[in-house]
Amino acid sequence: MIEIDRITKTYGDSTAVDGVTMTAETGTITVIVGTSGSGKTTLLRMINRLEEPSSGEVRINGESTRATKPHLLRRRIGYAIQGHGLFPHHTVGRNIGAVPQLMGWKKDRIRARVDELLSLFSMEPDAFRDRYPAELSGGQQQRVGVARALASRPDLLLMDEPFGALDPIIRARAQDDLRRIQRRLGSTILLVTHDMEEAIRLGDRVAVMDGGRLVQHATPAEIIAQPATPLVADMVGDVERPLRLLSLIPLSELLEEGTAPGEAMPAEASLRDALAACLWSGRSAVPVTVDGVPSGRVTFEAIRARAELHA
Amino acid sequence: MRIGTVLRPALVLLLVALVLRPAWFTPLFAPLAPANAPVIYERSSLLSLSLSHLGLVAAATAAATLVAVGLAIFVTRPAGAAFRPLSRTITNMGQTFPPVAVLALAVPALGFGAGPTLVALFLYGLLPIFENSVTALSTLPPATMEAARGIGLNRWQRLVRVELPLALPVMLTGIRLSVVIALGTATIGSTVAARTLGEVIIAGLLTNNTAFVLQGGLIVGLFAVLIYDALVQLETRLARRAGA
Ligand SMILES: Nc1ncnc2c1ncn2[C@@H]1O[C@H](COP(=O)(O)OP(=O)(O)O)[C@@H](O)[C@H]1O
Ligand SMILES: [Mg+2]
Repeated sequence: MIEIDRITKTYGDSTAVDGVTMTAETGTITVIVGTSGSGKTTLLRMINRLEEPSSGEVRINGESTRATKPHLLRRRIGYAIQGHGLFPHHTVGRNIGAVPQLMGWKKDRIRARVDELLSLFSMEPDAFRDRYPAELSGGQQQRVGVARALASRPDLLLMDEPFGALDPIIRARAQDDLRRIQRRLGSTILLVTHDMEEAIRLGDRVAVMDGGRLVQHATPAEIIAQPATPLVADMVGDVERPLRLLSLIPLSELLEEGTAPGEAMPAEASLRDALAACLWSGRSAVPVTVDGVPSGRVTFEAIRARAELHA
Repeated sequence: MRIGTVLRPALVLLLVALVLRPAWFTPLFAPLAPANAPVIYERSSLLSLSLSHLGLVAAATAAATLVAVGLAIFVTRPAGAAFRPLSRTITNMGQTFPPVAVLALAVPALGFGAGPTLVALFLYGLLPIFENSVTALSTLPPATMEAARGIGLNRWQRLVRVELPLALPVMLTGIRLSVVIALGTATIGSTVAARTLGEVIIAGLLTNNTAFVLQGGLIVGLFAVLIYDALVQLETRLARRAGA
């Protein structure tokens, strides 16, 4: 559990982060979202002490971060940034193995870990281990940057716009990869982005920053349904709010008895996908399967009723 | 590149022949020597003069590299940033002093021989290495430096594992400039009895023997061109590895 306790950072007269208090539960993704200059990066960098707070403190599992020397603290916390920051003179393998090497792991163990991570990110270890970062595509470099942050199995992972430089398709894939890997490893992630879409897609909780202050800290559904300030409402995008909300709800929530024509959808798919399918094929309901077994349907009417709940 | 593959071995062969078998060139240089004067310099072996010349250059450049890189590392740390203008002034002064003046001033203190030459070459070598090292160390990719801190490298590890390797190609450029300047400047050392190839040139000037002057000049020039070329290739290779 990460507790951020009334943390403030001032530079001269200006306040970059203003008395932020929030808690991130172990095993969850918290996405910090806000416009440029709202203090997201500064907040994140105070957690691993790349920046020292002017006041307030951060506790990780109850222990103040001030109790540990900064560079030792940072080895326990994964850190991935926009523009990856890979070491251009080291191979992919050495980049990913950097932290384990600092922690004194044996060579075999590091190598096994590097290969495991490359596979996890769908990069063939034999093909990529010995390449230099300049020999990778942008998407691959970014994935290696995230792999490096994960290498020593840190309990906590800090990510600053890790997918900012990627094009939309690669970006969506990288987000899915991250989500899948996080679920599997049970890591706690604090991720910074300026993109509300990304925040809603990835976050168990979303923290919205504005002018150095935390203006809302809630689940994606709450953020969409009850934006705390006009800025949050604006970021969510008023017109798209119903669609965003539907994208968070699985079909299983509106599953009912009955049959429907056409191709079936799995129960984990979102209501937004089902809505799209209905509109696209002119159906008034779609059949739903649970673990591959036909189990009922979701109707267009039910989806509409659900979307109107919050309107 | 293509022209280099032919020219490079040819120049190496020419240099080796000039140093080891100077007699082969007698017909070539004969028209330049005064009547009845020796055509080929034989007072001491050209090989030993060359080795001594290169040795002086290597020792002075090594010392200049140590000091200049050390100084550059110091002034690019937060603790040393305040000294940056001062250190720049000092190294610049090393450059503006004419080498002959340095020699003249150093002789009373160090006596005749290699000492004053080493001092002059050392002072001359500082500036290019210092300037390049400071530039290289203060223009490292910011994302890489942020990541180096962020993953938990301490100051020393950042310097040794990240900053120096990434700065190396640009530092080498400075070292290359120093070496080439030193190769030429070392010839003046012979005026204060340092054993360098300048001995051949000066003997030629004193006796109006253009053959000697040309011989000495050619050897020094070829060394400079070939060493320059070798260092350029080394830099290119290192820069490629650093992903530039
Ligand atoms: N080292 C610094 N010195 C002075 N001001 C800074 C520094 N770092 C950040 N700031 C200021 O703090 C504010 C928040 O910056 P930042 O945390 O980078 O915002 P974000 O990541 O949300 O774009 C900005 O106004 C920025 O100019
Ligand atoms: Mg930022």
